[in-house]
Amino acid sequence: MLRTLRQRITITDIFIWIIGLAIAGVVIFGTIRTLEGGRYSGGAWLDLTIKGLALGGVYALIAMGYTMVYGILKMINFAHSEVFMSGPFTAVFIALGLSNSGFLNRQPIIGLIIITLVSAAVSMTIAILLERICYRPLRTAPRLVPLITAIGASFFLQYVFRGFYGSGSKGYPTIDILKGTWHIFGIEVFKIQLIVLASAIIMMLTLYAIVQWTKIGKAMRSVSEDKEAAELMGIDVDRVIVFTFGVGGASAGIAGILYVLLFPVVNFYMGFFPGIKAFTAAVLGGIGNVPGAFLGSIILGLLESVGPNLFLTGLGIPSPSQLKDAIAFIVLVLILIFRPTGILGERIAQDKA
Amino acid sequence: MTKRLFVFVSMIMIASMILAACGPSAAAYTCTDSIGCVTVGPTDPVHIAYLLVVAGPNAALGVDSRNGVEIAIADAGGKILDHSIKFDGEDSGCSAEGGVAGGTKLAADPTIVGVIGTSCSSEARASLPLLSKAGFVMISSSNTAPSLTTPGSSDNYGTAYDRTAHNDNFQGTAAAEFAFSVLKVTKVATIHDGSLYADELVKVFGAKFTAYGGTVTTATSVDPNATDMSSVLTDVAAGSPELIYFPIFMPAGALIIKQAKTTPGLEHTYLMGADGLFSPDVASGAGADIEGFLVSSPAVSGDAYTAFLAKYQAKFGTGPINIFHAHAYDAFNILKAAIEKVAVKDADGTLHIPRNALREAVRNTVNFKGLTGTLTCNETLAQSGIDIKFPGDCSSAGMAVWVYHNVPFEIFKSPEVVWIQGTGVIKPVTPP
Repeated sequence: MLRTLRQRITITDIFIWIIGLAIAGVVIFGTIRTLEGGRYSGGAWLDLTIKGLALGGVYALIAMGYTMVYGILKMINFAHSEVFMSGPFTAVFIALGLSNSGFLNRQPIIGLIIITLVSAAVSMTIAILLERICYRPLRTAPRLVPLITAIGASFFLQYVFRGFYGSGSKGYPTIDILKGTWHIFGIEVFKIQLIVLASAIIMMLTLYAIVQWTKIGKAMRSVSEDKEAAELMGIDVDRVIVFTFGVGGASAGIAGILYVLLFPVVNFYMGFFPGIKAFTAAVLGGIGNVPGAFLGSIILGLLESVGPNLFLTGLGIPSPSQLKDAIAFIVLVLILIFRPTGILGERIAQDKA
Repeated sequence: MTKRLFVFVSMIMIASMILAACGPSAAAYTCTDSIGCVTVGPTDPVHIAYLLVVAGPNAALGVDSRNGVEIAIADAGGKILDHSIKFDGEDSGCSAEGGVAGGTKLAADPTIVGVIGTSCSSEARASLPLLSKAGFVMISSSNTAPSLTTPGSSDNYGTAYDRTAHNDNFQGTAAAEFAFSVLKVTKVATIHDGSLYADELVKVFGAKFTAYGGTVTTATSVDPNATDMSSVLTDVAAGSPELIYFPIFMPAGALIIKQAKTTPGLEHTYLMGADGLFSPDVASGAGADIEGFLVSSPAVSGDAYTAFLAKYQAKFGTGPINIFHAHAYDAFNILKAAIEKVAVKDADGTLHIPRNALREAVRNTVNFKGLTGTLTCNETLAQSGIDIKFPGDCSSAGMAVWVYHNVPFEIFKSPEVVWIQGTGVIKPVTPP
């Protein structure tokens, strides 16, 4: 018994476990110290938590684009962050127009729907064009080729949009009805954060329903299972792939509008960090797995929002907020060490096995 | 064939030797300068370069300075000592990396006499080793980090560098004075973004504010590329400050302005930045939440300045988009005066500009009447116990605090001046 155990555990395993335990120890120690210190009120923690959930919801919608494309083509579409940027960066002009004419505050719901539709349409168009121009000709190429192409396309799109709209930042107008707070069970919650979270959840459920219960969703799942067999069964693979990119793009466009409701400044490089974070979230939850992307995103959003203040303040680290990315990526590394297929597992890998 | 060609070439060589011997036998200029001379041919232009942030989110800062220099060149009739002026340069991106990239390119061009730049202090720190080695003299219109001129500092490159912008020892002191004695706040929080400029400015501000008897509740920093400021603002709100001082850049500045309004506990806190957040980009980035946002910046006024504004409007079709246009105008004129002082002109019009002598001449600028006031570049000045000016700091013009309103950016309207150091309150500030 002891012998088999000794054979199964290598030095590397022990080393990894020590690192894991050390990090867990620091996190627990920091948390206890922070809570003991009592620097933040309960209201502050709640505010951070809800912000984190809302941010997680936005990451989830972006992560959908990565995870669905990975599910079908087994490639990481690194230009997806620019698909995300293109929508809100274009829609800002519509938003400013509607705001200056006074329409946005008179008919805020219709105004928001128009802005969201424009953003979704632009992102969707960019995503479909990407697939048609950059990825389809390379579909039979080795896996590294479309990956490099995606990085190139990402830079290309960034600078095209910089050329279109300039290199400065633009601010989204504030909508009066979204200002202020709601009191829910005696708790004060900012309206915007709740709306963003609710919209993200509704969008995720819609996407899940499309994949699970529609005909095209069934086709998507079969193409991801086995492209050749799906083609033999009469499924138009090209159409399914275009649809996947379209849905991923549209959800990125909607995510873009939710993102600017939270952080209302847009510029041509705004896609980079949310894109990387959403990709991380997709890997965290298990890439190729729709519920996994959602779970991973919520965890990442919460960690980023609550993590720095909770884990690091107590350790006396100055400006903990600067280390929020470090926290997010340490979690990613830990997940990859202890559970390489992500929290819910890489759906594809399991099915293939 | 080959023989005939050889004869032909020999004839030409002999002819040219005879012609050369018969030419004017003026004593040729010999360069005795310790770091060399620039020779400008009779029909060549005098090459002055810029290293400014003219693209990206902080472009207004550099473009405004470049506009100032262009007006100065036009005012000089486009000529220095009867040579036309070649004015071009590189974008420096308001980052250390941009400073190195742009500086490397400029350093490779030996025709450059002097450089107007940089925009941001981090760029200066990164590019000065290169430009100083290349023998250029650099005059900045908007660097404000104290360490660039502090004697003994490793960022101080001696006479290779001068600036017409104020030293942040000056700006930070003025901002602290305004916060403590005009706004009458006693608890402040400071946020910097890791840049040389912001880091030094919050240090001076914090030290001075504490010296007045106030408290700095939180001194923290943000990542300049971050969009989510909630964790840093929650951290700041925990100390319940009455004013947050964040002398940083775009887009982080606008994001803090916007997100502070939705952070519990910060709804009624004064928000204050510095001259790095003096641009139309801040107004468009922060939207309606800009109302009441305070920035410390130089005070500019006077008849010459009013005339300058008219030229600006006529040439570029817009009012100034930042505050350092007049400083750039002065920087160019100081450089021009120094070139005129040290350059040696041959009979055929060839100019010889000794590089070290040029640096000395710029540093020895005394009582220069500029748009921003009277400039003296070689003195040390102290104000209430803090050195606000070192050799290399040319400006001693007054500081002001400006406030933004929720209207399109237009200098003197939004932002408008609310307080001038030494003069007092111009307009009362409405508490948030």
